[in-house]
Amino acid sequence: MRWMKVISVCFLLAISASVYSQEITTSGDNEIDVGHMLFGHIGDSYGWHITDWKGQHITIPLPCIVHSRTTGWHAFMSSKIEHGHSYKGFSLAEEGRYKDKIVETTPDGQQVRPFDISITRNVASLIFSALLLIGIVLYARRWYARNDAREKAPGGLAGLVEMMVMMVQDDIIKDAVGPEYRKYSPYLLTAFFFIFLSNLLGIVPFFPGGANVTGNIAVTMVLAMCTFFAVNMFADRHYWKEILWPDVPVFLKFPIPLMQMIEIFGMFTKPFSLMVRLFANIMAGHAMILGLVSVIFVTAKLGPVINGSMTVVTMLFGVFMDCLELLVAFIQAYVFTMLSSVFIGMSRQTEH
Amino acid sequence: MNLLLPDSGLLFWMTIIFAMVFFVLAKFGFPVITGMVEKRRSRIDESIEAARKAEEAIAHLTQEQERIIAETRAEQAQLKKDAAAERDRMIALAREQARVEAQKIMDEAKVRIAEEKEDALRDMRREVAMLSLAVAEQVVRKELQSDKGQQELVDTLLDQMSGNDVKLSS
Repeated sequence: MRWMKVISVCFLLAISASVYSQEITTSGDNEIDVGHMLFGHIGDSYGWHITDWKGQHITIPLPCIVHSRTTGWHAFMSSKIEHGHSYKGFSLAEEGRYKDKIVETTPDGQQVRPFDISITRNVASLIFSALLLIGIVLYARRWYARNDAREKAPGGLAGLVEMMVMMVQDDIIKDAVGPEYRKYSPYLLTAFFFIFLSNLLGIVPFFPGGANVTGNIAVTMVLAMCTFFAVNMFADRHYWKEILWPDVPVFLKFPIPLMQMIEIFGMFTKPFSLMVRLFANIMAGHAMILGLVSVIFVTAKLGPVINGSMTVVTMLFGVFMDCLELLVAFIQAYVFTMLSSVFIGMSRQTEH
Repeated sequence: MNLLLPDSGLLFWMTIIFAMVFFVLAKFGFPVITGMVEKRRSRIDESIEAARKAEEAIAHLTQEQERIIAETRAEQAQLKKDAAAERDRMIALAREQARVEAQKIMDEAKVRIAEEKEDALRDMRREVAMLSLAVAEQVVRKELQSDKGQQELVDTLLDQMSGNDVKLSS
């Protein structure tokens, strides 16, 4: 009886999906460009494209801030330069090196890239998740201001925040960093919660989630650089001795500083691995889910039977991938924090 | 692939946003939470320690109580024993005193009896002597009517008297 229900539900889903996809393919006469859609999502854009409605793009315009060498600072909304429009000589490059970026057309007809600090979709999403994170943590903090934390434990959101903060601090930071963990725990906690929240918001498929923030290499690069500074700025003598004069036979470090070169290279590979790991995991997760969803639309022209069955398979895979991404969202935040803690702990070996 | 090239604008904003988030959370957020939780932890530890101490104190008190009860019992037993001994001693003493007193009374009584007896004997002797004298007088008065008779009587009487004396003195 249960199986009958499951099968009938799947069948209904398949029919409705195939009808829906047929509608899409018939209403829009152009082919669905999966690659463009995929990279458009994974990459960045000047406006926040929410959905298409009856052939219209519904996009939230975001401010563009650019500095031109010749005309100075300019700020305008992204809607001004959409669909090939040009505003004060600024337009979106159609092709070439700066494809889909703002370029300035100089009077002699050349396209140059201005200094661009526009609030793009990823920046807007960053700001949103930053505000959300600050809001959540300060909300949790308010509980401690209003209650005596020594008498009782918080519930609700404050309880959740406390539980996660203490989980990260006790399980990751305290063990990996060592006795001086208090100095580093604010940074590591901030990194953990920032990554975790951004990852989660990335999985939410509609506005204001869905942006590929932690799957962007610039974001992970800043995070990795923070860890790099945290490791190297407060490192002790032992750490620098290991790099500059390691305990190896002399001919390996003098006159050709072979080991030193390897060690200094290692200083940079550690944060580099952090950067690439987080970026690649999140980006790949987004690409997988989007790719799976695209299968529905790609198979639409192969007929309702194939399309329907593929829709069922795709949706099952999609649910699986979304669950997996929830797991990955946590695991990647956990791994980033843990490895940062371990690197910091390694830079302060003599303390313990 | 521009996916792998970090965009300068995003880099700029990410640095600023993350720095601000870090500043706010590191100053107002996480240290407060962790500090409070640590305070609570230390308080829980203190409470557990206090409970343990109280338990210990109670155990100690119970022990003390038991010890006091045992001591009191022992004391009570000792007191009972002492009291019994004292009683026995006093009874024995009283008995002894009574015995001595009785002895004294008996001795006195004996002495008195002896004295009384002596007195009585003396009185009796006097009485007997008087009686004898009276009898003798009567007899002598009768017997003295003849000389021979008188003589015989005197002799007899004298013999008897001496015999009586001997008997009495013994």
